[in-house]
Amino acid sequence: MSEVSMVVNGRRVSGTVEDRTLLVHFLRENQGLTGTHVGCDTSQCGACVVHMDGKAVKSCSMLAAQASGSEIVTIEGLANGADLHPVQAAFKEHHGLQCGFCTPGMIMAAVDMINRHPGGLDEKTVRAELEGNICRCTGYHNIVKAILAASQTMAKGKGKTKKAA
Amino acid sequence: MYQTNYHRASSVADAVKLQKKADDGKFVSGGMTLIQTMKQRLAAPSDLIDLRHIKELKGVKVSGKSVTIGAATTHAEVASDAKLAKACPAICHLAAHIGDPHVRNMGTIGGSVANNDPAADYPAAMLALDATIVTNKREIAAAKFFTGLFETALKDDEIVTAVTFTVPDKCGYSKFPNPASRYAMTGVFVAKRKDGVKAAVTGAGDDGVFRSKEVEAALSKKFDASALDGVKVSAKNLMTDIHATAEYRANLIVVMAKRAVAAANG
Repeated sequence: MSEVSMVVNGRRVSGTVEDRTLLVHFLRENQGLTGTHVGCDTSQCGACVVHMDGKAVKSCSMLAAQASGSEIVTIEGLANGADLHPVQAAFKEHHGLQCGFCTPGMIMAAVDMINRHPGGLDEKTVRAELEGNICRCTGYHNIVKAILAASQTMAKGKGKTKKAA
Repeated sequence: MYQTNYHRASSVADAVKLQKKADDGKFVSGGMTLIQTMKQRLAAPSDLIDLRHIKELKGVKVSGKSVTIGAATTHAEVASDAKLAKACPAICHLAAHIGDPHVRNMGTIGGSVANNDPAADYPAAMLALDATIVTNKREIAAAKFFTGLFETALKDDEIVTAVTFTVPDKCGYSKFPNPASRYAMTGVFVAKRKDGVKAAVTGAGDDGVFRSKEVEAALSKKFDASALDGVKVSAKNLMTDIHATAEYRANLIVVMAKRAVAAANG
């Protein structure tokens, strides 16, 4: 057994888990954060994407023990109370989902993608960057639209903050 | 996954000590292959020794034409290293096309070369660049390091600490990714130096990464895609699987080599 401790969505949490426990199972079963999904068993679908120390990773492909000491953000940590994160709002607005199973991973991947491209995104880049996230409903069109829209909203938001400051 | 014992090493020496104490201990870096393999119960090490937090294994150093990449440097870090992009953009391009963004945030160059997956990208670059694989015990030339499918010259308690190479005059990489898995169905890395051209092939060989004599002979005459027109690569010793026949891969080697040379010539 391993003692693991990490900051999840701003809250310090710890637990005793089997060494073989995957991070995604620690989040879902020990922490009750079931927004992070397990879609495949082969590290291909991306439904389990969370941020570890600010970078998108697949929580089904690492042990909870490997993530111990890090800072994790899951889909539950994005919204500010009732105010959706701009990427969540854009997925809602542009109907970037049908069944919704892949959505948590898509949104976490999108936030990471937008953060890594402060100069903005184009459709080709978004599609290439979605390599690690599989959606079996939408055909990706509305997901791409949502991410492009969120990228613009977030760029504008930053501009406003700067002016205000 | 079967039970295992997780250990986090604080230094290379600590990692070696932990491995020696274990029954069947395996080193894990990013874990992008090993954790998956353990989930499928195709591997069941008694102990996992995590190298990801060892500071001395991280980072890229570029000094003139000499490049050293620490073993625990992630694909994302290699892809986005500004100095490396200037000195040897082909290696950044290669790293930027491994797996997907989330895999690139975890997977490392040391893990990739130590695993020597027959469809991994880095082994082709190491072989064509005449790289040296540095371990905690010795320095091994890439030509002697990759010894077969998932096989390397590494001993059980040996850890890859870095890879080093001298930037060639020109180099480029191109792969045909499997439409489902995105692993290289065939990838070719070409590197041109005064003393000749090296072209290494991944994803196609029956016994892992190898150098293509046919491609090297053609490109040594003229380092241009046109030099490969009509060149035939033998399908002997190439892989046949559900994705492609050996003959198909033989053709892909020439096509990917052409694209790699075009990329190298910019």
